[in-house]
Amino acid sequence: MTHAPILEIRGLSKAFGPVKALSDVQFTLRRGEIHALCGENGAGKSTLMNMIAGVLQPDEGDILIDGERVSIHSPAAAQRLGIALVHQEIALCQDATVAENIYMAAINVRRAPLMNFQKLHADAQKVMDLLAPIPVRTRVADLSISNQQLVEIAKALTLDCKVLMLDEPTAALTESEARRLFSIVRGLKERGISVVYISHRMAEIFSLCDRITVFRDGRYVATDPIAAVSPDDVVRKMVGREITQLYPDKLAPQEPGRVILSVKGLSDGRRFTDVDLELRAGEILGMGGLIGAGRSEIAQTICGLRPMTSGTVALDGKQLRPRGYGDAVKVGLVYLSEDRKGSGVFLDLPIAANISALDLARLTGSLGLLDRKAEDRQARELTGRLGVRMAGIEAAVSTLSGGNQQKVAIAKQLSVSPKVIIMDEPTRGIDVGAKVEIHRLLRQLAGSGVGVVVISSELPELIGLCDRVMVVREGRIAGELAADELGEEAIIMLASGVQDSSDQRQAQNVA
Amino acid sequence: MSPRESGEALVHAEIKAAGDVRRINFARLASMREAGLIVIILALCIAMSFASPHFLTWGNFRAMLMSFSIEGIVVVGMTILLIVGGIDLSVGSVVCFSMVVSGALFLAGLDPWTASLIGIGVSALIGAAMGFFVTVIGLNHFITSLAAMVIVRGMCLIVTKGTPLSLFTLPSSFKAIGQGSFNGLPYVIIIFVVVVAIFDFLLRRATAFRKVFYTGSNEKAAQFSGIRTNQVKFWVTVLCSTLAGLAGVIYMARFGAATPTFGAGMELNIIAAAVIGGASLNGGSGTIFGAILGMALLSVVTSSLILLDVSVYWQDMIKGCILLAAVSIDHFLHRKKS
Repeated sequence: MTHAPILEIRGLSKAFGPVKALSDVQFTLRRGEIHALCGENGAGKSTLMNMIAGVLQPDEGDILIDGERVSIHSPAAAQRLGIALVHQEIALCQDATVAENIYMAAINVRRAPLMNFQKLHADAQKVMDLLAPIPVRTRVADLSISNQQLVEIAKALTLDCKVLMLDEPTAALTESEARRLFSIVRGLKERGISVVYISHRMAEIFSLCDRITVFRDGRYVATDPIAAVSPDDVVRKMVGREITQLYPDKLAPQEPGRVILSVKGLSDGRRFTDVDLELRAGEILGMGGLIGAGRSEIAQTICGLRPMTSGTVALDGKQLRPRGYGDAVKVGLVYLSEDRKGSGVFLDLPIAANISALDLARLTGSLGLLDRKAEDRQARELTGRLGVRMAGIEAAVSTLSGGNQQKVAIAKQLSVSPKVIIMDEPTRGIDVGAKVEIHRLLRQLAGSGVGVVVISSELPELIGLCDRVMVVREGRIAGELAADELGEEAIIMLASGVQDSSDQRQAQNVA
Repeated sequence: MSPRESGEALVHAEIKAAGDVRRINFARLASMREAGLIVIILALCIAMSFASPHFLTWGNFRAMLMSFSIEGIVVVGMTILLIVGGIDLSVGSVVCFSMVVSGALFLAGLDPWTASLIGIGVSALIGAAMGFFVTVIGLNHFITSLAAMVIVRGMCLIVTKGTPLSLFTLPSSFKAIGQGSFNGLPYVIIIFVVVVAIFDFLLRRATAFRKVFYTGSNEKAAQFSGIRTNQVKFWVTVLCSTLAGLAGVIYMARFGAATPTFGAGMELNIIAAAVIGGASLNGGSGTIFGAILGMALLSVVTSSLILLDVSVYWQDMIKGCILLAAVSIDHFLHRKKS
């Protein structure tokens, strides 16, 4: 006879207006297990987490803690029950220090009129050091996104919780930070804390979790011990159909095209120095490295979004001196931002207007008036080609799921028929189905002669998708890996600068 | 009609219907808001026609239209500025300064038309100065225009030495702009309708104004689409002040005087009208037509209160409550949506 599970969900339903986010789902979390919750975006994972954390109220069904029915009417009530949720999106006070953020809940209930900063800093540093050596007197706004994510996790750790729910905690973390997080999560499990772990990354789930539950379209599909399923099984359950091939076929090794983009000695005087890069038509070039290594900055500088101090960029053999991004777009060099909501799409504008934003000139008539018919035609054609699921091209982008928002952002890049497209984290935070579609599209683009550069922090994506991977470390090209040399270890070693003496081959690749 | 033909006709009808639906969808929220305002305004008018025999008369309507026509020109600029994510608290002062400068130049011997052009030009320069502080120095619109409001008001007092300029010597051809009419339709109203029609059309159709929406909706995404957002913000700031300058000149023609305290507090009425009409202080949304309806609603309310013999002391309070209600309803609708 085992104990009652620490958390049990029975017959839970939730609707937002006419949309059923969850119908009659169940979920059981055992004491001291790490339980993966999987599903495509819109499957209802976050809705369920928000109900357990008291942010949303269920329409029907029961939540049981230690076998007893509870109603969790507010986040404070969830905290009292020992439930902590780390949101996927960072919700920290940007102007407060790390310590103040970590202990916000405790400060909130303290009765003493004055703050004891010394104790606050000491306690906070103790918690923070478990994760990463981030000084707790730093203002949160001065931290990188990945460090902010770690602060969010530290904040949850201080709540003395029994149930910890992590919603895509590694989405913004580098490989090494993620590994540190995994060992911490395992440590929490040792201490008897039960963890719900939401992630899109199969490798993580399979190395970390004990059991896995899959949701699809707001319904419960199955719960299995991790040992009893394979990643393919899980993907199949998530999408409800067979995905035969996760990554499209690569380029045959003997067919490199002409050089389409050539960058020499590029520096911006701050974040990176002396970057050389050569992209051939038809290939997908990967750009790996730690977050903050300067990959995005290099890409943005190539496209004229940031100023360069020295170096040259040549497109199709022609020297390029973009004075702004607009100039780069005109000659067919486009950049897809990694921050979809922040700088990729206009959430409250219609899909058609989003797609046309990159080059209004081609849709403008002689009187400076926008040709709305042409705009609509373009939007319909591109959304059709990319398979954007939407109510119509006039729907606001905010009504779409993450994957479809990303497709709109990509459609915007394609609207100018680019020669070279640089994509910064093109599949971050989107579900498997959309991911596969985007990978196929990239391969198809490359096949049609477009030069494609993919910046990614997800190693399986770099390895599975790219023909060649350049690794950036601290603003310099640390090395390049050809298709037959690609492997997680090889990339990590170049990215982190750790030389493995047993593997001399890597050292030879360091430029 | 053969079955085949009728089938084709049906398809055509469907395509046409789909097109219509699309048009409605494009500004679904805005048009909902506009339709709601029209209903409220009509309901008020009907109720008032029972309450007061003077309400439903051409004379009263003309008076109402006249009263908001000139302010309506300023509302156009303010709405576009709100869409780009800015705000301008200095419009009341700029209206006055344009009036005072033109008036003073006229008294100094310039012909009134040239004087007016200079007045409008000076207003544009004030806008350019604000645009400079916003885009180059990096201050926000609120603080910049708050400072400009006070500075420009001070300049009005300096130019006039604090006393109203009497301009009864203005030639009647010039005064006609503010006082005359064409076939019974005051020129003021004609100018207003033309300005509104032009900018409403441009805002919906012109490429340059589409960039205003992009910038206001998400400035960073606009930059990542190759749009020079600082240029957009600069020119919209200039436009708003220029239209305020135009309004100032028309006021001068209408009153035949230039008072250095004229237009104090006008900015609040104008921002209120634009916001009631659906412009968001966060930028990215708003229509000229909606803003004008907002203005019309405030005007109908004012007129009603006067005809109902409500003390003028109540007017501001009631207008403020309408603003609060409109913004609350809007907030509620948006929160429901997300």
